Amino acid sequence: MKILSRYTLADVAGTKISKIDVYSPDIAKKAQAGQFVVIMISAKGERVPLTIVDADKKNGSITLIFQELGFTSKLLGKMSAGDSLYAIVGPLGHATEIKNYGKVILVGGGVGIAEIYPVAKALREAGNHITTILGGRTTKFLILSDELRAISDDFYTTTDDGSAGLKGFTTDVLDDLLKKQKYDLVYSVGPIPMMRSSSSVTAKYQIKTIVSLNTIMLDATGMCGCCRVSIAGKTMFSCVDGPEFDAHQIDWDELIKRNRIYEDKEKHICELNKILWT
Amino acid sequence: MDIKKESIKPREEEASKRSCSFDEVIHGYSEAEALQEALRCLQCKDPTCISGCPVNIDIKTFINQITQKDYEGAYLTIRSKNDFPSICGRVCPAEYQCEKACVFTKKGSPYASEKAINIHLLERFAGDYGKERNIGVQVKKDDELTRRRVAIIGSGPAGIACAGDLARRGINVTIYEALHLSGGVLRYGIPPFRLPRDILDFEIDSLKKMGVKLAPNHIIGKIKTIDDLFSEGFDAIFLGLGAGMPMFLGIKGENFCNIYSANEFLTRINLMSAYKFPEFHTPVNIGKSVIVIGGGNTATDAARASLRLQRMQGLKPNATILYRRTEVEMPARRIEIEHAKEEGINFRFLVQPEEFAGDDKGFVKKMRCLKCKLGEPDDSGRRKPIAISGSDFELECDMSIIAVGLAANQVLTRATPGLKTDERSDVIVNTKTMETSIKKVYAGGDIVGGEGTVIEAMGMAKKASEAIINYLKQL
Repeated sequence: MKILSRYTLADVAGTKISKIDVYSPDIAKKAQAGQFVVIMISAKGERVPLTIVDADKKNGSITLIFQELGFTSKLLGKMSAGDSLYAIVGPLGHATEIKNYGKVILVGGGVGIAEIYPVAKALREAGNHITTILGGRTTKFLILSDELRAISDDFYTTTDDGSAGLKGFTTDVLDDLLKKQKYDLVYSVGPIPMMRSSSSVTAKYQIKTIVSLNTIMLDATGMCGCCRVSIAGKTMFSCVDGPEFDAHQIDWDELIKRNRIYEDKEKHICELNKILWT
Repeated sequence: MDIKKESIKPREEEASKRSCSFDEVIHGYSEAEALQEALRCLQCKDPTCISGCPVNIDIKTFINQITQKDYEGAYLTIRSKNDFPSICGRVCPAEYQCEKACVFTKKGSPYASEKAINIHLLERFAGDYGKERNIGVQVKKDDELTRRRVAIIGSGPAGIACAGDLARRGINVTIYEALHLSGGVLRYGIPPFRLPRDILDFEIDSLKKMGVKLAPNHIIGKIKTIDDLFSEGFDAIFLGLGAGMPMFLGIKGENFCNIYSANEFLTRINLMSAYKFPEFHTPVNIGKSVIVIGGGNTATDAARASLRLQRMQGLKPNATILYRRTEVEMPARRIEIEHAKEEGINFRFLVQPEEFAGDDKGFVKKMRCLKCKLGEPDDSGRRKPIAISGSDFELECDMSIIAVGLAANQVLTRATPGLKTDERSDVIVNTKTMETSIKKVYAGGDIVGGEGTVIEAMGMAKKASEAIINYLKQL
């Protein structure tokens, strides 16, 4: 549970993305692309889910990447190499179904890029043709660009400010590609609005689309149901039935609303503790 | 000392005071009260109470020891059958078990009569006496067993009971627990006002003193499989997985915000201490008007916890339990129903929820219900509720908690090929040995019989531990 190393990947205008390697040999041994862990930073902490970005079986460590956005991720950002997490449990959720689909587009937005990296790696090893589209507010937020470029057959970036690649959104590139050619699978992870618009684009072309949902979780073992989502009208738990689902079957409105259940409490606790990060 | 005709009632925290905190409601007996109550026991030649206890505690003997002021002896008598007297003395539904079997209970009564001996309070007295004086139990190491290793999956009632029985024979036991703290449902399900955390911590600690290793944050089926555990050198495995998956109603609008499963609501409060937010970082919401759906202990716990949150946050207490049958059919403990009433919980019987409605932000605002009447008895022996069509009415609620039962959590069973389960996904066992369809893998507690009581789970665990010891002796 010890943090072996810590890096700041991006720190622009109050938005910070960090990366930590955590010693957890048993989890490293079993982790597969698409899975996540739940961590607690202290005995009083929340249980929060984070994607396993990489697993180093030899050194017994796993890599986690997070945006310092909520209270717990901000506290996590304050931790240094040598500190220990209070708890880490995993690997959780179903692994991504890795096989040779043919031509796959991976769309990553913001910190969601961290999630598509292990999936892109595994899909490439399975023989897929990989097209990657990364999007962020500005060039510095295009984390893991070099790593993803290296394993992609085609590689595109978009930024809101035009500082790298196309000025615009990932969905602009996605639509353009799908208009021209046939692809077999789209895998999209990022902020909900991005995943949702990816889903509407691919629905037009009837291309199977998988997204990985970052819902609010508690135990993350199927015990509480706070992560429930409606998939084709049926209630599923994203911790044990997901975290990946067919994007075209998701009730996005419900998901957006459910993710805001504790918005006021989150604001309150961040405000109370603002001395920690100002 | 005069022998009283009526049973000695325990002292309780006053309702208006206690419902502002999560402190324990029932005070234990003082020595004088325990002596008075113990003296009421007739010391029957052929005691019926023992048959009412799923782990066969020698009730007659320990009560007699209390009358002799041999409290240590009483403690050890209980510990010889049950390692957790301070837990069971608080959470056992004794009115349906030993006390119902007490000779003072009228024949045919659905639960213990008022005159029955308060066995659970005497157990609690002896348990707390042992705890305060740190009376340990001698581990009778069985030389042929000290090399043996057993893995226990789940640190709930079944798991800890099995661990205690094995450890006292000198077997090396490791308990794997998915959550960061041990205790299973005792930790995440039962609120501190019924089972204080220091009691739970102490009882689990007593396992450590017996040499049991605790491995929290381990979801077996994910981090390690059953096969992995065998290859790591465990000789046998006990599954005490519990019934961890909450059931929902399957009605429209059930995913509106502030509709909680009782498991989620109680886990936030009990495991994560959300009632101490923001000192503890896990949040929980509380409505101005809370409706809890269900009739078991989980429903009374959720309603009473809601009312406490309301009062602690300066809201007017407004929590209602909605149940399809009537009070008589409620599976909750009688004392919990009484306590809930004293604290101001509203009850609405013969009502069935049909649909939730919410606002544009996705938060629940009201529910539509149907009135019910009771029909013929069903499989459970209770009269079945029948919804009356056209009897629709609406109830305002800005929060609802669903407490209509639990099903098996399938994380481990799905990851374990060859482990046979029934149509409810419960694990199938040989009922004599509790062995599953996989050799050397045993199971007990709610993952076997569906939802039951703490002590029933412990009873199954005891059976399994005996079978495990017999097996290990043959090695």
